[in-house]
Amino acid sequence: MNFLVNFDHVSQAYSQRPVLRDISFGIEPGRIVGLVGPNGCGKTTIIKILAGLIHCYEGNVRIDNQPPGPHTKSIISYLPEKTYLSDWMKADDALNLFSEFYMDFDRNKATEMLGRFGLDPKMRVKAMSKGMQEKLQLLLVMSRRAKLYLLDEPLGGVDPASRSMILDIILQNYTEEASLLLSTHLIYDVERIFDSVIMLGYDGIILNDTVDNIRQNSGKSVDDVFREVFRC
Amino acid sequence: MPSDYSPGTPIYLQITHDVRQRIASGEWQPGMRIPPVRELSVELGVNPNTAQRSLSELEREGLVYTERTAGRFITKDIEQITQMRASMAEEYAGQFYQQMRKIGYSGEEIVELLRRTASSESTERPT
Repeated sequence: MNFLVNFDHVSQAYSQRPVLRDISFGIEPGRIVGLVGPNGCGKTTIIKILAGLIHCYEGNVRIDNQPPGPHTKSIISYLPEKTYLSDWMKADDALNLFSEFYMDFDRNKATEMLGRFGLDPKMRVKAMSKGMQEKLQLLLVMSRRAKLYLLDEPLGGVDPASRSMILDIILQNYTEEASLLLSTHLIYDVERIFDSVIMLGYDGIILNDTVDNIRQNSGKSVDDVFREVFRC
Repeated sequence: MPSDYSPGTPIYLQITHDVRQRIASGEWQPGMRIPPVRELSVELGVNPNTAQRSLSELEREGLVYTERTAGRFITKDIEQITQMRASMAEEYAGQFYQQMRKIGYSGEEIVELLRRTASSESTERPT
């Protein structure tokens, strides 16, 4: 099978504390994949390895047939869990930054989404609520024509109405050739947009299957399965 | 406008059901062009591949057909739509009947109740 992302027996430890233990999975082109699991199970670590920010892992990682590097960075649009826009910037400045930085940035699309989210281009990042900042970053990231979108917890700080809006934006902007990996610990009402879900536990991958298969086999939603697996 | 999808069933099955309902009710007329998968997936709030799978399923059943360049359409075969609608009605009636039997209603009581419900519906909402 032709995978856009190949994660092959990858392990990673932070000062001898293992986080990823022998993790393997692949992502085909044109898929929306959910990466779910409890806090501290390694979701962000996986995304950072794919984004090319962590190099000291063991195992083999290929994106578009290449190891993380300049090429893979050029085809990846990455939304980190933490905001990286400077406080002094206005929404406008952020758009400028992205158009200068990325060849594949579609400014018109970004401007249109600003309007749809009701964000004022002249508003300073500092003055924005957490949810507004998240929306701004998401629309920047989704306005690139990338092959792989990596969204690390894009739904953390937003209210339920904005959550559906963000999901709609993802559905509207994702193209058939591109894949999208979205990490979250809030699966409820998100699973409908996934093709498949990778459920990560502390000892590795617990489940990697399509949402429809999980529902068919368990008779439950992915959210319910998740709650059952990780019940304390 | 994403609908609520019930947890225990594959989403694509719920969409095929929803589309059958639209065809049966006449909301989607015979021969009508179905919105493209991308549009449909946004409207339903689901993954495009899921929407695609639902339409393929309906195509397999013959309720939907593809014209190579023009897109997907609802079948013009009225006979088939009538049959599909009848089997849906039977399924609903069967489910309702079973539920009512479970709370101890007899067949006659069920019919009587339905008659009363139908007549009160029609006086409340004259059409």
